[in-house]
Amino acid sequence: MATPLVVSDVAKTFTMHLRDGVTLPVVAGVSFSIRAGECAVLGGPSGAGKSSILKMLYGNYAVDEGQIIVQHGGGLIDLASASPRTVLSVRRHTIGYVSQFLRTVPRVSALDVVAEPLVERGEDREAAREKARALLAQLNLPEKLWALPPATFSGGEQQRVNIARGFITEHPILLLDEPTASLDARNRDVVVELIAAKKAAGVALLGIFHDLDVRDAVADRVIDVTAFAAGKIAA
Amino acid sequence: MTDEPLLRVSALSKFYGSRVGCENVTFDLWPGEVLAVVGESGSGKTTLLSCLSTRLLPSSGTASYRMRDGQWRELYRMSEAERRFLMRTDWGLVHQNPADGLRMTVSAGANVGERLMAVGDRHYGRIRATAVDWLSRVEIDEDRIDDEPRAFSGGMRQRLQIARNLVTGPRLVFMDEPTGGLDVSVQARLLDLLRGLVTDLGLAAIVVTHDLAVARLLSQRMMVMKDGRVVESGLTDRVLEDPRAPYTQLLVSSILQV
Repeated sequence: MATPLVVSDVAKTFTMHLRDGVTLPVVAGVSFSIRAGECAVLGGPSGAGKSSILKMLYGNYAVDEGQIIVQHGGGLIDLASASPRTVLSVRRHTIGYVSQFLRTVPRVSALDVVAEPLVERGEDREAAREKARALLAQLNLPEKLWALPPATFSGGEQQRVNIARGFITEHPILLLDEPTASLDARNRDVVVELIAAKKAAGVALLGIFHDLDVRDAVADRVIDVTAFAAGKIAA
Repeated sequence: MTDEPLLRVSALSKFYGSRVGCENVTFDLWPGEVLAVVGESGSGKTTLLSCLSTRLLPSSGTASYRMRDGQWRELYRMSEAERRFLMRTDWGLVHQNPADGLRMTVSAGANVGERLMAVGDRHYGRIRATAVDWLSRVEIDEDRIDDEPRAFSGGMRQRLQIARNLVTGPRLVFMDEPTGGLDVSVQARLLDLLRGLVTDLGLAAIVVTHDLAVARLLSQRMMVMKDGRVVESGLTDRVLEDPRAPYTQLLVSSILQV
């Protein structure tokens, strides 16, 4: 099986210049890889650095040390040292991300928020909307909400828009930051089904799930983040 | 995606006597990319924008632009006439104060049509039809086409200025605090409109702003300036979520939470 994502010896420290340059080591020596068709889950208590690792993999956080090797556009690139332009291209074509919260844009309908990643990849707008409708229906989002901007939606409704937006594309790598946090049981089951379908399609998934039922249902493997605690290495 | 940038800026500096306007600024801009330049007043961001839009000549450094025919031209070696032609056709410049970018005593339609005539269109019916189309794209009712911008609200004037700039199909637009001085609700509408137009038209843009929320909504890439120098640059969300330079950390931590 192909290995679309290899992380080796990644370290991250925050330097707080406004607090006299105090340093907050987050993680060090982070090394793992994800195979195609596999769902790995980052495990460990809050504050262990799970979200920080996801954010480094998506380029939201800079990487201080180490490499993040991604199969992108027929070659291998190191995300840790890639230019902003390369990171944007990786986001468009290779790595998808479902964040914990939806960042809404005023006046854009839920349907178009979901369809946008496909349009960005060059798909026809109407075809993209058709796929968006199917996903929103599968996630049980009431049809009367589709034409409205999601800013006023409930937490669970926004989360489903967010999930649909993340799952609509065929990115070979998908990062999930607690996608089921504010969902009821029925919709959690839908997300579990969506993840299973991605695995079957050969997507490499890496996620954070605090919900143990969901985690047990989707995880092939748990990566224990406490093993990468920055303090351990320093001590 | 094209593999060649549209604009290449190298070691650009502008001094006012011994005072630094901007110093040693280097970056590339690709087609379809929006770059935000942020920093507080006096950080040199407006000086940089003026140099790039050739309203001001730099003290040193170079900037090259890839013309429509694929030829690279050095901006500061072009003749004044060539630069003006570029500004009228391939570039747009959106001023913070719409009165600086509009002709306040001619009609809204003429403000838009004038740019078309500058690129050689002489057919009145076609010019008017294009003007109507552009007014509707910036959400100005067709029945206001014969009104002067003096009679428009601040938000409408700004939208008209945007239509005037985009009507010739420019490839690069410079914007100086495009939402400055507008009410928050008007700002949101304008930002949303700009975001849609930039995406639909595949425009490259350089947006100078002191407002990080504007940078976040419009740009993919960001440069933070202080005392004329670029102290940090990178992907917009990376700079905002993981600011590394002391000054950027100060800026980001100063955002008011609502």
